[in-house]
Parts: sequence; C-alpha cells; structure tokens
Amino acid sequence: MNVNETLRKMRPVFVFALIGLVFMFAAPYVLQLFTIINLTTSIALAVLALSLALVWGYGGILCFGQVAFFGLGAYAYTIAAINFGGSTWAILVAILVASAFAALLGYFVFFGRVSDVYLGVITLTVTLIFFSLIRRTSGPEYKIGNALMGGFNGITSPPLNMPWDTTAFLFPEHVFYVAMAALILCYVFCGWLVTTHFGRVCASIRENELRAELLGYDSRLYKLGIFTISAGIAAIGGVLFCNGVGRITPDVFNLYNAALTIIWVIVGGRGTLIGPIAATFGLFYLTSALGGQSLFNNNLVLGVILIFFVLLVPEGVAPTITKWFTKRRKPRRAIRRRRRSEANKA
Amino acid sequence: MDLVVAVLFQLVYGIANLALISLGLAIIFGMMRVINLAHGEFLMLGGYTVVVATNAGVNIWVAMLILAPLVVGIIGVIVERLLIRWLYGRMVDTLLATWGLSLVLIGLVTSIFGASTATTVSPPLGIIRIGDYSASGYELFLIGVTVVLFIAVFATLKLTKLGLVARGTMQNPEMSSALGVSTNRVYMITFGLGAAVTGLAGGLLAPMTGVLPTIGATYIAKAFITVISGGASILAGTATGSILLGGINGVFAFITGPTIGEVALLVAAIILLRLMPRGITGRFFRKSL
Repeated sequence: MNVNETLRKMRPVFVFALIGLVFMFAAPYVLQLFTIINLTTSIALAVLALSLALVWGYGGILCFGQVAFFGLGAYAYTIAAINFGGSTWAILVAILVASAFAALLGYFVFFGRVSDVYLGVITLTVTLIFFSLIRRTSGPEYKIGNALMGGFNGITSPPLNMPWDTTAFLFPEHVFYVAMAALILCYVFCGWLVTTHFGRVCASIRENELRAELLGYDSRLYKLGIFTISAGIAAIGGVLFCNGVGRITPDVFNLYNAALTIIWVIVGGRGTLIGPIAATFGLFYLTSALGGQSLFNNNLVLGVILIFFVLLVPEGVAPTITKWFTKRRKPRRAIRRRRRSEANKA
Repeated sequence: MDLVVAVLFQLVYGIANLALISLGLAIIFGMMRVINLAHGEFLMLGGYTVVVATNAGVNIWVAMLILAPLVVGIIGVIVERLLIRWLYGRMVDTLLATWGLSLVLIGLVTSIFGASTATTVSPPLGIIRIGDYSASGYELFLIGVTVVLFIAVFATLKLTKLGLVARGTMQNPEMSSALGVSTNRVYMITFGLGAAVTGLAGGLLAPMTGVLPTIGATYIAKAFITVISGGASILAGTATGSILLGGINGVFAFITGPTIGEVALLVAAIILLRLMPRGITGRFFRKSL
C-alpha cells in the first residue's frame, strides 16, 4: 500500500489525534489542577483500553488479563526507577518486561493452539495469581535491589523526570502533557499498525483463521506479535498510571480492574480504537460520580452495564453510531448518484 | 512416619479441596463448553446461605448439606432462564455475560450484607490425632464428602434416565434434539445442578474460610485452571486435573510456602496446555465421563 493510500485510510485517526492535541494544550488553562491530576489517571487507563482494543478488536485475541501487563509495567517502572534513580531507562524497562512476559505467555498459548475461551480464562488466571503473589510480599525479605515490594500497601512510585536529568522532576501538570502525548502517540501508532500488512493479516486471522493459514500466513506468529505489541502499550499505560496515582498496589491486578478493562472495550465497541478510549473517559467519570453515593454499589452498576451491552448492544457504542450515520447517508448518496446519471443522460 | 502420614493427609486434602471447588464448574463446562465466570460468586452465595441460616438458628449440617445447594441451585436455574439461554452458541458472549453476573452478585451481596466479613461459623468436628501431629476432623469430613459427591455424579450420569439424556446431549445436541430430547431443558437442569454442587462446595468451605462478598476471587483462579487442564470430561477431567495440579501445589507449598505453590500450579497448567491443548482428557481417557 502506498503512502497516499495509508494517509487516506488514517484520516479519521488524524482527526481524533488533532482533537486530542487541542484538548492537551487547552485543558490546563481551563481546568483546575485537581481535575488535571484526575484526568492523568483516566488517560493512563485509556492507554490500557487502547491496548485491549488493539489485541481484541483487531487481533481477535480474547485477553481477559490485559491489566496483568499494565500492572507489570507499573511495577517494573517503579522498581527500576528506584534502583536507577531516574525514570528514563525505567520506562524502557517497563515496556520490555511486560512485552517479554507477554511473548513468553503467548508462546505457550498460541503455539499450543489453545482456543479463545481457554485463552481468556488463562490470562485472567495469570492476573489473579499475580494479585495473590504480590499481595503476600509484605516482609522486608521481599526486595528487588533497593525496592521493597511492600505487599498489600504497594510501592511509592518515583515521579518522572526529564530525560537523562534525574534532578528535573516533572510536576503533575507536566505529567498531564506527557500522558496526553503518550495517548495520542499510541493511538496514532495503533491506527497506523492496523493499516499495515501486518495489521491486515491479523484482522484476516480474526475473521477466519483457517483461511488465513491456508493462504500461507502462520497465524501463531501474527497473534504472538500483536499480543506482545499490545502488552507493551499496556505497560506504557501502567507507567502513566503509577505516575498519576503516585503509587502502585497489587489491587491493579484484581478481578474488578480486569472486568473494567473488558467493559470499556465492550461499551466502546470491538473493532474501533477511539470507541474504547471514549468509553474509558465516560465510565471513569461515571464511577467517580457513583463513588460519592452509597445507594448503588460500583460492582452492581458495572455488572448491569456489561450484561446490558452483551445482550442488547453487542457491537458497542462507536460501531452502532457509525452504522446509524452511514444508514442515514446512504439514501442521500443514492439520490445524488441518480440525479447525476439523469443529468448525464440529458 | 507420623510426619509422612500428616503430610500425605494435607496433600490429599489439598486435592479434595481443589476437586470440590471445581466440580460444579466442570459440570457446566462439560455440558455446554462454557466457563461460568460467576462460579466464584456461586461459591460465595453458598457460604452466605450457611452463615445466614445458622445465624437464624438452623442446624449447621442442614444449612451446609441441604440449604446451600438448594438455594444456589435455584439461583442457577433463574440465571439460566433469564440470562444464559439467550446466548447459547455465542461462547464469548456467554463468558462476558457471566462475568457481568459475577459483578452484579458481588454488588448485591455487598449492598445487603456489607463489604466486611459476615459473622462466621466455626468448623464442627474436633481434631484427630496422627501420632505426634494433629489434623482437623472437618478436613477429613470434606475429603469424604468430595468422594461421595463424585460417586453421586457418576451414578446420576451412568444410571439414571436424566444422565443418559444429558450424556447424549453432551455428545451431540442436534441428534438428541432430533430424537425428541428438549436440549433446552437439559441445559437448564445441568446448569442448576452445576450451581447446586457449587453452592454445596461454598457452604462446606464457609466454616474454614469465613465469607466475604469478594471471596470468590480467591477460589476461581484455581478452579478455572483445574477444569481447563482436566479437559471436557466432567469427572475424569476434574479428578485428573485436581490430582495433578493439587499434587504439584501441595508439594511446592510444603517446600516453599503457599505463594510459590499457587505459582507452581499455574506454571504447570500452562506447560500442560502447551503439550495438551484440550486438557488431559482431550488426550487420555477420551471416552470417560
């Protein structure tokens, strides 16, 4: 595919990226610092949702444990930043650790040709085992380098600093810029990836794995590839998350967060990238608002949302809206075309 | 010698415990090829039934052995009618819907009973002595119950008409329904029975662990991985999966502590699935139940 065609296909991606850029530079002037700090956390979660949107929506891989890579990235960043005394290499370590773990796990499940239901359950199990494993590391004997694991209380994450300048720490408003820029970059990267040859082969495997294999593509390698990439993106989200919150606890690995990630993608729509991002922001503010009252439990509301979407809006919000628009536009286009042909005849 | 017996007892108890928490899940999975992600919450509901009933003055044995399976079984049938039956043939959606159900149940129980531990019941039966060591009599009772439960499920599947119909539906749903079996009703009954067995397990474990709205999460990782490693056969799969993984878990837990035991269980299961993607009974004992 030539450059022009790629650019044409990515036009919607650029439109949303531009909106994101405008928001990134305007928000600190309009919103209060508290809102900005909150937003940073939700941006980190949006990166997580994006990574699942890529691996599930485009790769067709049912990964129930995307938070495992997110949390692993956050832990790897925190431990590395404490040991290195700076965040520059720690970010790289975080991405590498999460990707390497995903590659290892992916080797076993994809090369074993485990079916998708099993895959979902295995990734979920891995996440839950991380939860119980890290929760028990509270004693002083559990340390990696200088970093105490801290068990249930987690570890305080060192803040980001300017690249290679360990004294220039970033303030929360700067972390917001970093987070927003990271989200936009990851979004454009994913938008580009799905237009490439690699991305289209992944989509074809999602549609019909047997046919793709008969055409000569080794589906195991492609699945492993997109799984590993998405784990790296989830790790970026994890790094941003522990910077937004200031610490990382084993709670990231719990069942509630694993479910939340799935719900963002279901609500936003599988097969789109912007849908899950938008759903993350929407549900983040919904759950924050619900946290203030005690009538409806958060679990209850999220469960009802999940069941509602699975039963009644299985495609999610973004594809439903797109379909509605194209349905409305189609008759008009047809009318225009008819007029044109009549004018030609005349 | 006494130490060996005591350790062996713990090992057997670990295996029985794993089999007990997995059996209900395996019944539903073997029948419909669907993993019920609300399995942990069915266990939790069984536990709450026992706690609420004993606080209301019901004999603890009645609460554990009769009320817990009954209540959770009825809940299972309601869930199947309201939710699951719309999603047959859509495996991924069934998974997601049961996950939603799990969240709803956690939310409901938290709203009703609060987020902290409800009043617990202490395990009945005293201590049995093995030479210089002691073991809980209740653990011995649980091992016995697990064995009896397996025999009962085996007898139901092998000897009753319902079992025959269920096995037929398991093997070939289209053919059974062509022969006049209402597969819809078979699925409803199996889902209810699976839920009842799960409720029984949850009720029996409640005195050991206490109950919390989120307690399901501590069981499900082990139960899922056992059922998947075991494969599609209900009894043979659960038994072989529990013996293998429970054995590995027990040995590693004895050497290094409970945390590493769980990790070893998971690693063993993932390596096993690399070698046998359809689980143990996908490779061996194929014709078994």
